[in-house]
Amino acid sequence: MDIHEYQAKELLTAFGVPVPKGGVAYSAEQAVYRASEIGGMRWVVKAQIHSGARGKAGGIRLCSTDADVRQAAKELLGKTLVTAQTGPEGLPVHRLLVEQALPIERELYVGLVLDRKRERIVVVAHPHGGMEIEEIAQREPAAILREVVEPAVGMQAFQARELGFGLGLAPPQVGQAVTAILGAYQAFRELDATMVEINPLVVTKDGQVLALDVKMSFDDNAMFRRPNVAELRDYAQEDPREAEAAEHGLNYVALEGDIGCIINGAGLAMATMDMIKHAGGEPANFLDIGGGASPDRVAAAFRLVLSDKNVRAILVNVFAGINRCDWVAQGVVQAVREVRVPVPLVVRLAGTNVEAGRRILKESGLAIHTADTLSEAADRVVAARQ
Amino acid sequence: MSILLDEETRVIVQGFTGDKGTFHATEMIAYGTNVVGGVTPGKGGNEHLGRPVFNTVKEAVERTGAVASLILVPAPFCADAIMEAADAGIRLVVTITDGVPAQDMIRVKRYLWRYAKDRRTTLIGPNCAGVISAGRAMMGIMPGHIYTRGTVGVVTRSGTLGYEAAAQMQALGIGITTSVGIGGDPINGSSFVDILALFEQDPDTNAVVMIGEIGGPQEADAAMFVKEQMTKPVIGYVAGLTAPKGRRMGHAGAIISAFGDTAAEKAEIMRSAGLTVAPSPAELGGTVAQALARQPARPVLAER
Repeated sequence: MDIHEYQAKELLTAFGVPVPKGGVAYSAEQAVYRASEIGGMRWVVKAQIHSGARGKAGGIRLCSTDADVRQAAKELLGKTLVTAQTGPEGLPVHRLLVEQALPIERELYVGLVLDRKRERIVVVAHPHGGMEIEEIAQREPAAILREVVEPAVGMQAFQARELGFGLGLAPPQVGQAVTAILGAYQAFRELDATMVEINPLVVTKDGQVLALDVKMSFDDNAMFRRPNVAELRDYAQEDPREAEAAEHGLNYVALEGDIGCIINGAGLAMATMDMIKHAGGEPANFLDIGGGASPDRVAAAFRLVLSDKNVRAILVNVFAGINRCDWVAQGVVQAVREVRVPVPLVVRLAGTNVEAGRRILKESGLAIHTADTLSEAADRVVAARQ
Repeated sequence: MSILLDEETRVIVQGFTGDKGTFHATEMIAYGTNVVGGVTPGKGGNEHLGRPVFNTVKEAVERTGAVASLILVPAPFCADAIMEAADAGIRLVVTITDGVPAQDMIRVKRYLWRYAKDRRTTLIGPNCAGVISAGRAMMGIMPGHIYTRGTVGVVTRSGTLGYEAAAQMQALGIGITTSVGIGGDPINGSSFVDILALFEQDPDTNAVVMIGEIGGPQEADAAMFVKEQMTKPVIGYVAGLTAPKGRRMGHAGAIISAFGDTAAEKAEIMRSAGLTVAPSPAELGGTVAQALARQPARPVLAER
């Protein structure tokens, strides 16, 4: 789960990470009020979307008068911002962060990640902030600093100091950087983050160390114990179908193709999509209905897949393990009767009681194409595509 | 022979008296698994499915001599249940539960390292279908009847894709020694490498099928291990050719976020390390059959 920059800054502030003075605004009037609250002569108005690379896309504006702030806010609010990371459809801007603009001496990179290879939290730092970490890793891999956190004791101050000195900071700034890095680590640990990125961490002309831009992602599996984080979820930043799927306990990812997929199990779903591609088609979605393919779940899945207007055929592939195929077949028949399915439908069942399952599909009188194997199913659905 | 589990292995179930525990323990017993009891805190002293229920794993181990535990407790309590089993001296813990927080797994794995190698617990999962030694015993939620006893080892991140492979192999008359689901999470108890090493040492396993998916470094690590340390043929597949970058495909661990995370990159790494990669998931069984035909029984490395 991702959150907005202003939310991440609020969370990190509670862990002692210093950030520029600022506040969220939902309207141009509120943005002007925020600027007057902050004071000073220069502000930045930053579009809040779940994406980086906002600056290049025109989502970050430097302002030096109230009128500038009002103008920038008017232009950004309600706009769909397309960045290098959002894809062509972009993301809608409903919130702004208005912040004091500061003269900057140096920009650094600090990121905390869950390293899958080491199975540890790893803190990564680099003396050149502002770039994407992938870009840094390609251009200057040798300058990347890493500290691996021992889970039994957590991150130690000496590790943060090593990073601070390694980044070439002067002693007063090392002290501030240590506070920021240890605070970010505490937040990562105590809020079940999977990523905290401070990019850039800046040193201002007057020697303050501040987190100028931050990004945080969280472990969906841990949200049961982090209600204060879970409530920060912004559904406007997500594909509405994916949000609806989540409400039904289904796992849906929208894709570009035209063959709708309804499958049990994430691995089998990915493999079935691979087969569609091999057969010359393109999947319209990933959809894992999980272990229990009850009529309700299957019906919800059909509605979801059909809400994508690109879908020209649907493939249902269920490997019934603990469930029986006859039971799954009844679910499919009931769902198809309940939800009108205006495109060709191919159903492949495998596993326990497969013969009975196929018989139920055949005898239903519904226009359901059946397939026995994975490759047959993929070939049939690609051929059936209108 | 088999790896990890056979008909003698004394198994308990943590979360024994719950709906899931009851259902799957019944299936496991019907398959022939030596289930000697279970643990549900607060229900100790009762009997369930004709087996004793204990309050703690320690007590269950003392009274039944259990060496393996299947964990079906809900995700918020899973890390605690795994550590309890490890502390009680359980040698094999299989965790089916989906949705365990990643940082819990970091702590669990660190905890397992407290113990010296000769008494360290092997953890399988979480978020997996479990372990089945075909025709002998099962600790998991898989449909037992799709596995025929034979000579091929299977290790897979996905449950249902593992079923697909087993069913394809069964249709071609190819049997299985043991099938291990290592799970779809970003941090697994056991890795592909851990399981491949066990298959390499198992005298009855002649070849191994390894089914990976997008995300994480495990398939590449396994490919290196196969190249450098295995004598037995390994047939691979990596699911997720059509997965876009940065999107979680169902499994918490199935996300392309770093270099080398895509299905195409992993398949290429496997190929260059000498694995036979199935051209499609529909040809898993066929590719195993071809590899077995090409590979007359090779001498097995003596135990190290």
